[in-house]
Amino acid sequence: MNIGVVVFPGSNCDHDCRHVCQDVLGQAVTMVWHKEASLAGLDAVILPGGFSYGDYLRTGAIARFSPVMQAVKQFAAGGGLVLGICNGFQILLEAGLLPGAMLRNRSLHFICRETYVKVENAATPFTNACKPGQVLKIPVAHADGNYYTDPVTLAGLQANAQVIFRYCTADGRVMPDACPNGSLDNIAGIRNAGGNVLGMMPHPERCAEAMLGNEDGRLIFQSMLTSMGQKQSVGAG
Amino acid sequence: MKAKIHVTLKQGILDPQGKAIEHALDSLGFKHAANVRVGKYMELDLQESDKAKAEVQVKSMCEKLLANTIIEEYRYELG
Repeated sequence: MNIGVVVFPGSNCDHDCRHVCQDVLGQAVTMVWHKEASLAGLDAVILPGGFSYGDYLRTGAIARFSPVMQAVKQFAAGGGLVLGICNGFQILLEAGLLPGAMLRNRSLHFICRETYVKVENAATPFTNACKPGQVLKIPVAHADGNYYTDPVTLAGLQANAQVIFRYCTADGRVMPDACPNGSLDNIAGIRNAGGNVLGMMPHPERCAEAMLGNEDGRLIFQSMLTSMGQKQSVGAG
Repeated sequence: MKAKIHVTLKQGILDPQGKAIEHALDSLGFKHAANVRVGKYMELDLQESDKAKAEVQVKSMCEKLLANTIIEEYRYELG
């Protein structure tokens, strides 16, 4: 597989994503500078975490106008897998590839710590390696992760199983106290209606190898590889 | 022509910064300062003398970039 990692000015988790895909999972990785207008030849695209354009105006608001985002939109429209992590999620929201918006954390603090998320839908290209309802321990690091959307959109997300991850306790209880940032409905990750675009605030690339003491994040990348492999063999057949 | 643009969170959307400031004002003795809302102020010059045309431009800027209308509302003055 050839996985593209988009690099915006201010991205700072781009090399963590490259490391996991390339060194841990043995895939080819292409670093894609934000000025690029084409994603030809890539099987999946990751928008990494960081502080694109210094978070000026709003998180993700300026990055959305980078030339590469037109290509990401086309890539997503063609069914390509797009994973947005943290700032990548914020960019996907601003670009309209996912519904809703991020507010400042309820506590006003930048939160950097381990969280637990429950896999609410394991039948997706990003979670097929997980068991339904599995609890993953994945760290967050953000100031604006307080997910908000209007009640109609939220009802649609819930009805269509588009809420993929919800913050929970270590034993899997989804309750307000388990939510670090005030997110509506404890939302930690959602996908689009087509199912091929996922945004998540926790950082799976920071916990994807045994050496770091936690491999839960690896499941996300492994799921994507499985899904792309199936797609390719269907295409070849 | 100059445009002066204010962007704030919509009414009904929690403004944690506003809440924090409200608490700080309260502890300073300003007991009657309520509903503090924090926003952004931007001003810019337009190469446009026709107010109606300028308004169309500013509105478009707000909708496309300056405000995220899912969570924010905007108002502006032209002059």
